[in-house]
Amino acid sequence: MLELVIFIVLLLLGFIIGKSKERKHYRSIGIREEAFLDKPAITARVPSSENIAHADLAIGSVVVSIDYFKRFLSSWRMIFGGEMKAYSPLLDRGKREALLRMKESVPGADEYINCRMETATISSGKGKAMGTVEVIAYSTAITYADGATHPDQAAENLHAAPEEPPRVPGLDG
Amino acid sequence: MILTNIETIPGETIQEHYGLVQGSTIRAKHFGRDLMAGFKNIVGGELKGYTELLQESRNQALERMCRQAEELGANAVINVRIATSSVAAGAAEILAYGTAVRV
Repeated sequence: MLELVIFIVLLLLGFIIGKSKERKHYRSIGIREEAFLDKPAITARVPSSENIAHADLAIGSVVVSIDYFKRFLSSWRMIFGGEMKAYSPLLDRGKREALLRMKESVPGADEYINCRMETATISSGKGKAMGTVEVIAYSTAITYADGATHPDQAAENLHAAPEEPPRVPGLDG
Repeated sequence: MILTNIETIPGETIQEHYGLVQGSTIRAKHFGRDLMAGFKNIVGGELKGYTELLQESRNQALERMCRQAEELGANAVINVRIATSSVAAGAAEILAYGTAVRV
């Protein structure tokens, strides 16, 4: 009986606090992404201008974990198969946060080229273990000598690298 | 020490190649952090303790890689790659590798 009560309390805690934390996180991601809109992270290996002051390695990482309620949901999904919708916002948050931290690690750069993302499982979420993943994003941050990219090139960059579409925070909660 | 993850250093010319350099570290999480992570796990979200731990280890791996490059007489490492793998439950290896060059 006591175990059942604990289980339900944990489910509720996970559901309520997990959801509000997710919404808060998405809001902060949205605000910070706006600040970096003109500084694209692209997978191309060639910088768009020759006029380069310096290049640095930019790294950002985050470890995120799923909440109790979603883990419970996904254990049901394991029986029937199909898309694990409960996990996708988690990884989406992780990736966007890692990308932002990567950009924030070299804040003065104009462009982030050869951007790579990796996820590493810290624990699988099987049985009693928690589903925890680390997301790493790294790239070469290019700072141009004139301080800013040529307007034409900036337009080209935007064309070449469609960033993730801006999302309304908290929409996919 | 200049680090990039592309084949060149933009704005510089590579004079000499010194071959592969690498640095790695295997870290275990400590009990206190693990306990906190256990609590955090109920509500989900970021586990700051782990993020910091892995960041520290990555910096160490990169530092070791740079030191190896310095010993060879290089002043830059290009094509840097970072890999993480869990060796045992609660321990992770962070590996950084790249090509040492002089510009």
